[in-house]
Amino acid sequence: MAGSTRASPIVEPATGVPIAVAAPRRHVTPGREAWRRFRRHRLAVLSAGILMTMIVAVVFGPLIWRVPINEIDFAAMLESPSWAHPLGTDDLGQDLLARMMYGGRISLAVGLAAMTMAVVVGTLVGAVAGVSRGRVDAGLMWLTDLFLSLPQLPLLLLIIYLFRDSLKEVAGPEMGTFVLIVVVIGGFRWMPVARLVRAQFFSLRERDFVEAARALGASTLRQVVRHILPNALGPVIVAGTIDVAAAIIAESTLSFLGLGFPPDIPTWGRILYDAKDYLDVAPHWALFAGGAIFLAVLSINYIGDGLRDALDPRRVM
Amino acid sequence: MDARTAEPLLEISGLKTYFKTDDGTVRAVDGVDLAIGRGEVLGVVGESGCGKSVTAHTVLKLIQMPPGKINDGRILWQGRDLVPLDLEEMRKIRSKEIAIIFQEPMTSLNPVYTVGEQIAEVVREHEHASRREALDRAVEMLRLVQIPTPERRVHDYPHQFSGGMRQRVMIAMALSCNPKLLIADEPTTALDVTIQAQILDLLGEMKERFGMAIMLITHDMGVVAETAQRVVVMYAGRVVEEASVEELFDRPLHPYTQGLIRSIPRVDRAADQRARLEAISGTVPSLLDPPPGCRFAARCKFATAACTQAAPDLREVEPGHKVACILY
Repeated sequence: MAGSTRASPIVEPATGVPIAVAAPRRHVTPGREAWRRFRRHRLAVLSAGILMTMIVAVVFGPLIWRVPINEIDFAAMLESPSWAHPLGTDDLGQDLLARMMYGGRISLAVGLAAMTMAVVVGTLVGAVAGVSRGRVDAGLMWLTDLFLSLPQLPLLLLIIYLFRDSLKEVAGPEMGTFVLIVVVIGGFRWMPVARLVRAQFFSLRERDFVEAARALGASTLRQVVRHILPNALGPVIVAGTIDVAAAIIAESTLSFLGLGFPPDIPTWGRILYDAKDYLDVAPHWALFAGGAIFLAVLSINYIGDGLRDALDPRRVM
Repeated sequence: MDARTAEPLLEISGLKTYFKTDDGTVRAVDGVDLAIGRGEVLGVVGESGCGKSVTAHTVLKLIQMPPGKINDGRILWQGRDLVPLDLEEMRKIRSKEIAIIFQEPMTSLNPVYTVGEQIAEVVREHEHASRREALDRAVEMLRLVQIPTPERRVHDYPHQFSGGMRQRVMIAMALSCNPKLLIADEPTTALDVTIQAQILDLLGEMKERFGMAIMLITHDMGVVAETAQRVVVMYAGRVVEEASVEELFDRPLHPYTQGLIRSIPRVDRAADQRARLEAISGTVPSLLDPPPGCRFAARCKFATAACTQAAPDLREVEPGHKVACILY
């Protein structure tokens, strides 16, 4: 059996280069590879462009468009877009472009921070549950189910109502509200991530390559960090991007209900809330705020889609 | 040939690995004795479910516990019993002393890392090598297992390799820390025949080069005849016969071994229309609370009433030839 078929001459099939010839090193780092794959997803690239533009606009825009957000001008109430006010004005004659850019900073920052919190907490809970099984797993999943079954919106309102004032005293009105909103939104969005990570762990820990790593002497921590977690991360990233979108919407909801940031601090949700009474006379007011939320959420979801494809090495692209 | 004159590298005696299930206790390995000498190739053969893989996994304590449990027996590695060792101590033995390769090369590599990183990881886990040194070792190992242009391939991901190439990578990974024993758990089952031959050749070459022993687990008698020096035949969680490979194929004693050898398809007999390929009738008995007595009795042509009374012990009937059957 053996011996009769000596290892057939080993040459690279594609190039026909024999073993002895050392080929120049073609070094493709995983990051560059992922970027190459990401670029294939046109909608994701377009979305990344849109999101980057939005971020650049809200970060650097106020440096160029130096109109203050709270300059009241009753002569220019509820004006449609014009050269003086590119996005028009609100009922107090305040410039909407300036308010949109300022509000975008808060809305996007809340979205990213709440997502980070949800993903970190969710991954931690899911990973611990997935590794330990048994009682710890049962306890953590019980906690997850408990959080999932809480009526979120009333509870959000209650928590914010209870703690807003004390946090404001400690960290100032803006920072205090920011922390509170991020913690509250993040604290109610980690459960899907935890379940996802746990399910991934359960299927991955039985996979042959994890057993191979165990057989070759990898410690439990190493098995988890090096072998299981990276393979579980694809769906988590996708869930994370959707969480950014959901957090932006949640913040808008809170602001819309008048429970987010103080009324004088504009966020996209707050602007929408203020605009609702003037939909018939000044539709632009609501349209720009709603459009910004819509565009941000949509592009973040497409980016998540593209990332999932780019980070999956099993997918040939 | 007879490696047992010196102290054996690995000596398993009376090993019992049971699994608790809802239906009862599965006696997957029920009193196995075997030994491997330095630099020896030991073939372990048997049907599916006879306990070959569980034995191998028990040696490295890769059994899920619970539901698995080592109920009895000793696993002496160079005179040191592995059974009482904890996870941390076992971890130091894995791949540094005893390495294992699995049946499925397609799924045994982590898809998110390059093969070089994975080999380097094993090296770094066990030796205090720098990233650079570990990667250099990976290239060297890939060259040893005859992967073309290793300095390029080391940066490729598993999906860029074929099944045979992946098994070569697995072998490179397993050997990267210079183990004294390589357990090959059906290393060629998932590969096609020509690739099988190449992998077996490679294992032979690696054995010569590193001077390690190999425990080759397979259900393919042809693979055993080609590669092993000594053979252990297992049936339903027990060793039924042990002999040198020539002895076993020339004069198989146990009725089960005889049946196995008769069931090998042979080119020189195929022309003869009247000689049908023989098969052993029946199937492997359930290992859930098996009855006392010889486990092969139900399928054995020579079975007598005495066979179902008590299980025969493994006895040495000739020098180096052991069998567990009341006929001898």
